[in-house]
Amino acid sequence: MGEEEGLHQTQLLDTMFVRGLKRKCFDGEEDIEGTLAGIKAIPSYNLQRQSLLDMSLVKLQLCHMLVEPNLCRSVLIANTVRQIQEEMTQDGTWQMINTQSTGQASLDRLVSTDILCRSSREQAEGKHVPGYSTFNKDFEGDQAQDSSETMSTVSSVQAPRNLQSNVWEMENPQENKGNFQKSLDQIFETLENKSPNSVEDLFSEVDNSYYDLDTMLTGMMSNTKMGHCDGLETFSSPTATASNSNCKSDLNELDHIVEILVES
Amino acid sequence: KEETGIFLSSDDTFSWSDIISTVEFNHTGELLATGDKGGRVVIFQREPESKNEPYNQGEYNVYSTFQSHEPEFDYLKSLEIEEKINKIKWLPQQNAAHSLLSTNDKTIKLWKITERDKRPEGYNLKDEEGKLKDLSTVTSLQVPVLKPMDLMVEVTPRRIFANGHTYHVNSISVNSDCETYMSADDLRINLWHLAITDRSFNIVDIKPANMEDLTEVITASEFHPHHCNLFVYSSSKGSLRLCDMRASALCDKHSKLYEEPEDPSNRSFFSEIISSVSDVKFSHSGRYMLTRDYLTVKVWDLNMETKPVETYQVHDYLRSKLCSLYENDCIFDKFECAWNGSDSVIMTGAYNNFFRMFDRNTKRDVTLEASRESSKPRAILKPRRVCVGGKRRKDDISVDSLDFTKKILHTAWHPTENIIAIAATNNLYIFQDKVNSEMH
Repeated sequence: MGEEEGLHQTQLLDTMFVRGLKRKCFDGEEDIEGTLAGIKAIPSYNLQRQSLLDMSLVKLQLCHMLVEPNLCRSVLIANTVRQIQEEMTQDGTWQMINTQSTGQASLDRLVSTDILCRSSREQAEGKHVPGYSTFNKDFEGDQAQDSSETMSTVSSVQAPRNLQSNVWEMENPQENKGNFQKSLDQIFETLENKSPNSVEDLFSEVDNSYYDLDTMLTGMMSNTKMGHCDGLETFSSPTATASNSNCKSDLNELDHIVEILVES
Repeated sequence: KEETGIFLSSDDTFSWSDIISTVEFNHTGELLATGDKGGRVVIFQREPESKNEPYNQGEYNVYSTFQSHEPEFDYLKSLEIEEKINKIKWLPQQNAAHSLLSTNDKTIKLWKITERDKRPEGYNLKDEEGKLKDLSTVTSLQVPVLKPMDLMVEVTPRRIFANGHTYHVNSISVNSDCETYMSADDLRINLWHLAITDRSFNIVDIKPANMEDLTEVITASEFHPHHCNLFVYSSSKGSLRLCDMRASALCDKHSKLYEEPEDPSNRSFFSEIISSVSDVKFSHSGRYMLTRDYLTVKVWDLNMETKPVETYQVHDYLRSKLCSLYENDCIFDKFECAWNGSDSVIMTGAYNNFFRMFDRNTKRDVTLEASRESSKPRAILKPRRVCVGGKRRKDDISVDSLDFTKKILHTAWHPTENIIAIAATNNLYIFQDKVNSEMH
């Protein structure tokens, strides 16, 4: 169900992005663009763009595994994120979403951004996120419902926090380690100076919900390029295979490890 | 024009390490080298044509297999270094031995391949097993003679060019001077002398002072086939830079910048990604360059920097699927491209085990498939077609049924004849054009 919606969403994204639908100015109305009333299936351009932004941020995070990430791919994704940000800034969408933040519930969701955005170096230093289990539950709860809408709402609250205090506005992002954000420059920093403490630390960093998100978005766990799964398989068995089931059983173990860590 | 197929390696079940990661003919086309993700190199040799068995003429058989690279661990960064062979380049043959360069992400190695088909027999002091003889039994002197033996191919590592790269090596290219070669990673290009392993010269460095400012990486590079001072490198933003090593020691300032202005009507969030050049190859003549980006192959005239002289659509029907392809990472696939010997036909791979050839003179193109089903030995390849809605012919494949896990990333064309090598995941296909070869 979540998977189908994820696929459906992407196909719609394809339609939206075919002819370079790039809006030059924000018309000030947060209405559903180009749809007839009652057709819930076509989300607005803004929501789709948001979805693309979220997908890109997840991709950047997921490349921090046991093999050095592909720099070309990271740079291309980072540039895509920048483009979206620029457009959102021009649109004024930035300010709009900023004013939507409310109450305790959304604070949990903001905290969950931390997980998505932390550099692996910070995670290796052993910081635990208080709202972690909340994020898990919220996320799974969302999946049971109409996830496309809910997820978009969640992400639209999350994203501005990500991007607001990132490299574009800060002089020295390295000083903001304590904050929520992982700016793009930190991604490149970690690409340069990756030094997790041990194998156990590497495993503890892996958040099982990443894979849920990925599965939902892609609707499939593909066998072909499993940058993140590759590393897991290398550690779990000497002979690397392209088997999906290996990956999933490793994930169950990780799930277990992560649960233990969170409860401690 | 007919293409017949000879299907070489086979395995229904294969492991990750069997996936072929590079294919390269040597300068005569007699040898064909493949590298795989497991760090192995397999060299095939073409059987000499014999009048007795006309059907066996020109077949490629395994000549040698060796382990080129092993997986390593970078303890400083706590990262694995993959043993996958990224590129193989042959050196021009200068004596009886063959030499090639093979590289993984970090280390380039020079391998020497020699044949041994005779061995000396009749030593005075040693017996046949090599043990020392009891001298009291030696009553006369004999001269050792060379006796034929079964052919043995020996491969030895002659040079190891290590510690030259912080980032992942994506290309190597041997200079026409046959003394130097270059290796390019994401941000830097180094020039090496083939005989010197403890130092290299950095000739291109695009690393910004602040990594935050990084927006562009080097994707491929190659030396000009005739002018030993010229080389080209391509970037993730779709530009080509031709550099002259005579101009300065550090070639950060290009001599020529080749860039096509963006088409504003086709602009999307994915425009930059699909413009990233995955491969660049000089034509044999040295007059043109061939580039491959995600959806097209382009021919550039060295004298014209403003736009390519020819553009061919490889699979334009994917343009409406870019978001899905971004999601499943296929948009980052790096396809290679190749010229034929006379620079009249260009070839590149696609999905669903399809590969495409474009005739520059007739402007005709063909889509062929490299698969076991369609390539029984001596079978003639049937052109394939992808239908994009509208009328659908009998054997057409619809865009939605394309298998994106079957990608032809690596292809090579024999330097003089119409023989092509296609790597389809773990399988190697070699196709020959029988019509043309009969004309030789």
